[in-house]
Amino acid sequence: MDDIKIKLKFPIYMDYQATTPMDPRVLDAMLPYFTEKFGNPHSRSHSMGWESGEAIEIARKQVAGLIGANSKEIIFTSGATESNNLAIKGAAQFYKDQKNHIITVKTEHKCILDACRHLEQLGFEVTYLPVNEDGLLDLNLLKLAIKNETLMVSVMAVNNEIGVIQPIKEIGSICKERGVLFHTDAAQAFGKIPLDVEEMNIDMLSISGHKAYGPKGIGALYVRRKPRVRLEPLINGGGQERGFRSGTLPTPLVVGLGEAAKIAAESMKEDYQIIKKLSDKFCTRILDSIPDVYLNGSRDMRWPGCINISFAYIEGESMILAIKELAVSSGSACTSASLEPSYVLRALGVEEELAHTSIRFGFGRFTTEEEIDYTISVLEGAVQKLRDMSPLWEMAQEGIDLKSIKWSDH
Amino acid sequence: MAYSEKVINHYENPRNVGSMDKNSKDVGTGLVGAPSCGDVMKLQLKISKDGVIEDAKFKTFGCGSAIASSSLITEWVKGKTLDEAQKIKNIDIVEHLSLPPVKIHCSVLAEDAIKSAISDYKKKNS
Repeated sequence: MDDIKIKLKFPIYMDYQATTPMDPRVLDAMLPYFTEKFGNPHSRSHSMGWESGEAIEIARKQVAGLIGANSKEIIFTSGATESNNLAIKGAAQFYKDQKNHIITVKTEHKCILDACRHLEQLGFEVTYLPVNEDGLLDLNLLKLAIKNETLMVSVMAVNNEIGVIQPIKEIGSICKERGVLFHTDAAQAFGKIPLDVEEMNIDMLSISGHKAYGPKGIGALYVRRKPRVRLEPLINGGGQERGFRSGTLPTPLVVGLGEAAKIAAESMKEDYQIIKKLSDKFCTRILDSIPDVYLNGSRDMRWPGCINISFAYIEGESMILAIKELAVSSGSACTSASLEPSYVLRALGVEEELAHTSIRFGFGRFTTEEEIDYTISVLEGAVQKLRDMSPLWEMAQEGIDLKSIKWSDH
Repeated sequence: MAYSEKVINHYENPRNVGSMDKNSKDVGTGLVGAPSCGDVMKLQLKISKDGVIEDAKFKTFGCGSAIASSSLITEWVKGKTLDEAQKIKNIDIVEHLSLPPVKIHCSVLAEDAIKSAISDYKKKNS
């Protein structure tokens, strides 16, 4: 263990769902556009503008290529939160006189749920579908929820908290058959798993730069042209991005997102295989060897770089403190002012006491086997230490049913 | 969340972790909190015939502040009479550990644990 420790850099980054480190190749591609190639990409009257404009169009092609789209269908935004807002609110506002019902899922990212809540206040109707215990959407429930007034279905591709992959292709074909728009938040999926807007019948798809080894502050929204999807813009102005999103494009960031997409196209398969191998090792050692440890979400239908685990009888925040050499995130939101456990885990039916014990481990392109080995050994020690200190573990070992006790809730 | 040095110290070197025989007459056991709220403390006090706390042990399921609060009170109560121990207030714990507002409930729980352990002892010996 000490041998391994010498090679490692601390803290070990295991929070790839929060953000990813930028690939050094992305930075190299961006740098000239901060300094000598600073022209406004929308300037049409001189070569400096053309130079930036061309760089933007190359990036647009690179992003489009990764999802099987045409480059004209890519709108650059400030990130996935803006893309999701534009897709949901933009479509709702444009089509409100024809249809006013939106379907989404309880485990979506906060920005989807919050945009939907906002629309509810404006008089739209929103259905929040439940998920199965494995975190996946029941397609029959989706079919039943679609009605004549349904404008759009929004279901994320890869969940940010538990890593499960929703059946996007099946959802797309249901939406197509029923004449409903299909939007997917692919912030955690873009560049990680194959996505094809034609094959999957996706009408709108949200992209984030910094979840895919690109820069922060840039994202994109794919908007289908055939048949044309119309949106009411959130930001009005000079009519850039086909009028969907005004404002001067940040050339260096756009170039960075394009480069990130290009690298992902080249290395997605290899990245996946390496991450899968590391993730399998981690799961075998932690899930299959330590008692009373549970994986949240489907084991098979998942992005292997996101592993959310409940360590029964160990409160999540104390676990994070015990493994402070690892940069991880608590599945429960109790590190914030709110003491509520994660709404995503609750939607899976994970009981509150177990939701409080959940930790998310995120692996990515730069995770090494030494880091995984070290993480496993640190975790084994922490579980031992904290369970020795846990009155709940002691009671469970004595055979006491914790549910039979009348707890003093506060 | 940034923890104070004292919290980290107690968390990393918790004092008096362990258990005593809960059926023993000279041991009072307090079990407070709830798993669904994310913290449960078990405090046990060994009390001499003349009402002095001779030993204290704890086990806690909870965040760093909850573990530190329980570790701290085991140090504080040792050698105190029951009356003295009952005078320990949560605000003393908050001040000593520099707990932020969001963690005040941990200190409240620790104060409750002392009261609950003493009341268990008194019930056994009445």
